[in-house]
Amino acid sequence: MLFRRGRGADASAQDDGALATESADAEERAAIDVRDRAAPDSEESDHGASDQSEFGKTAVDLAGGDGEATDAEATLEREEADQASHRVPRTSRFGRARGFLSAPLGGLRRGARVDAGVIEELEEALLLADVGYATTTRLLDGLRSALAARAIEADTEGLVAYLREAILNLLLVGDATLHHDASVTNVWLFVGVNGVGKTTTIGKLASRERSRGRKVVLAAGDTFRAAAGEQLDLWASRAQVEIVQGANGADPSSVIFDAIAHANAVGADLVLADSAGRLHNKTNLMEELKKVRRVADREPGHVVEVLLVLDATTGQNGLTQAREFAAAVGITGVVLTKLDGTAKGGIVLAISSELGLPIKLVGLGEGIDDLAEFDPHEFVDALFFGVEAGD
Amino acid sequence: MFETLTERFDQIFTRLKSRGRLGDAEVDEVLREIRVALLEGDVALEVVRDLLERIRARCSGAELSRSLTPAQQVIKVVNEELTATLGGETLVIRYASAPPTVVLLAGLQGAGKTTAAAKLALWFKQQGRHPLLVGTDLQRPAAVEQLRVLGKEIGVSVFSEASDPVTVARRGVAEAIRVGRDVVIVDTAGRLSIDEALMAEMREIHDAVSPNYTLLVIDAMTGQDAVQTARTFHDRLALDGVILSKVDGDARGGAALSVKAVVGRPIAFISTGERIGDFESFHPDRMASRILGMGDVLSLIERAESVYDEASSQRAMESLRSGRFTFDDFLEQLEQMKKMGPLSSVLGMLPGLPKEMKNATIEDRDVARIEAIIRSMTSKERQNPSVIDGSRRVRIANGSGTTTAEVNKLLNQFKDMQKMMRSSMMSQGLARAAKGRKKKGGRVTPASR
Repeated sequence: MLFRRGRGADASAQDDGALATESADAEERAAIDVRDRAAPDSEESDHGASDQSEFGKTAVDLAGGDGEATDAEATLEREEADQASHRVPRTSRFGRARGFLSAPLGGLRRGARVDAGVIEELEEALLLADVGYATTTRLLDGLRSALAARAIEADTEGLVAYLREAILNLLLVGDATLHHDASVTNVWLFVGVNGVGKTTTIGKLASRERSRGRKVVLAAGDTFRAAAGEQLDLWASRAQVEIVQGANGADPSSVIFDAIAHANAVGADLVLADSAGRLHNKTNLMEELKKVRRVADREPGHVVEVLLVLDATTGQNGLTQAREFAAAVGITGVVLTKLDGTAKGGIVLAISSELGLPIKLVGLGEGIDDLAEFDPHEFVDALFFGVEAGD
Repeated sequence: MFETLTERFDQIFTRLKSRGRLGDAEVDEVLREIRVALLEGDVALEVVRDLLERIRARCSGAELSRSLTPAQQVIKVVNEELTATLGGETLVIRYASAPPTVVLLAGLQGAGKTTAAAKLALWFKQQGRHPLLVGTDLQRPAAVEQLRVLGKEIGVSVFSEASDPVTVARRGVAEAIRVGRDVVIVDTAGRLSIDEALMAEMREIHDAVSPNYTLLVIDAMTGQDAVQTARTFHDRLALDGVILSKVDGDARGGAALSVKAVVGRPIAFISTGERIGDFESFHPDRMASRILGMGDVLSLIERAESVYDEASSQRAMESLRSGRFTFDDFLEQLEQMKKMGPLSSVLGMLPGLPKEMKNATIEDRDVARIEAIIRSMTSKERQNPSVIDGSRRVRIANGSGTTTAEVNKLLNQFKDMQKMMRSSMMSQGLARAAKGRKKKGGRVTPASR
């Protein structure tokens, strides 16, 4: 009975009955689940702390005698990590994405001249970060012509300053704020391929928006994947917001419309609409998504954000994903998830520069607070040195 | 992708002239293009490097093939290397002598473990086994619920409880023994390879259930990070194989190659769709051509090599050269092409066919009608189409079950084609074929591109 997205309700009454029992079970387990996750705050910070020292170690390795500054910084980071007994600052988790350029640059001495070998190392670093061949080549071609024109100093500092600026320029596109008009029922629609973290992102964002004084309703628009609704339901209770569910296999458009109508009725100003993960090359599912967007935009709903959720581990296909979803439903921004892993998410450079799409949020873990605004400066700083932005 | 890559190769190889062997300089240049193609296909950088070395070793100084253009020849080598890397041993499930056979699934968040677990359970069921699913993902909200729903869908029981993952796994196996299940599939929570605590937990689960098979589930869309993930999981768990998920997307799937190269264990299954039955064993050759971005064109190259009759292409070439390309030659070429597959894709890869002809609008469904029309012509008409007047056209149309308009269209197209071929110089492939046949024909005049 699961696999009939948008293909009508052929579930027998018997199935529904059985499902109800299952759901009750789920709630019971869920309650335990939530307690498990919420209770040991120390576990969370331990987790963060070990990551922190992990990075500290990496930084030292990478720096490899690069000079005192980096060493000192790494030591400081480690000390911070050791002290991180309560809650690790979020920016430090972001730090795991940092430093993808610090390896090649770390090997360079201050004032050292730039030669072809260095540029090759840079190319490698960018490729390893999933920046992609085209974008990498563009960046390095720019660097080479700047060097040839003597527009920059042919030493490490000049090179860093140039690349920093160039990458920043790729990322500084569009409007990275999340729009919200207090006078209407705002709808933020989340789309993306399977398994990128749409539901988790909504859960985290619901908590954040509620704490900012917005009245949030979740729309369980993923009526296809097994237990997706239950998953969002648990996030709703964690975030203490309302949720509107549909039957399993129901038309996602109608579920989201119901949620919007409900939000309107209870005076909620923000609907976070989930959608089933879908591969962008499946025409019928993309058509379904177009309909979802159209219906969500009907009065009283106003779709002000359509956010593409993108897994940081995604390779070059990320650009195609962004292009296809943008063509189908008009993406307003990107949420880059799982940036707490080893993946660098370099594909966002291509997405930003080629499609002009801003990155609006980053996901940094499974905890309810593991969500941050995307700060291009911080991102680039992190890429280079792991320097915390806004310090 | 095929077009651009082959065309770039063709450009590089026009400098090859008649040397008869692939030169180092050309090979270098081609390897650079292949590097880009592989990187765009998300093959990990370190794996790309190894591959290029092996391809270089095979291509440098290699003798030129008679039936393929140099570009195609190199692509073929690349494809063979990719296939070799992806293939090798296959995972044959040997069931434990003392059941149950335990299969442990591991992977990052969102890789598709839970879905893969259910698909794998169905696969075992279809093999006549009696699997039990064990849900140890107590972390992601409703993960166990998801597994239960899927289990119900395929009629496989699911075991889980609200304790801790290691205990659930251990009790799951005990439960399987108690109720007489012969296969246990243990689903686990997604975890990052750098998450020490969770990786240690993964190891504990592993030790608790002593799996017969530990499989890594990896997303086909994964980029360069696939290597890091695979290596860490392999170091910690000693993987036996890999399940590649979301293969139904349009990602080129270089991750498959990266993981295979790093872990050295077979890709056992691929997950190819949203339905639970969309689960297949893995075909290295299909994945190789996909990573290279050439679809089934590679297999066409191989067929072209074995099927394309040099003698016949030789005759056609002679006719072309003498400017007397007739409907008989045309018919013979059509026959040749039909052996190789859909005409639209075959035309583009025939060695040495002028670009103008590659772009000629011949649709597959038209081919049968074209054939019928030609076969309704007399021998004289085929040799000399200019004799075909109005009444002959009516006769040909009637004989072939077409209309005079269609006959006219073909005649016009044929006239254009003849004109085109006369003006366009001999193409390299055909000229080279000629050179191979006739000692005197050493000069090659590549078609201007």
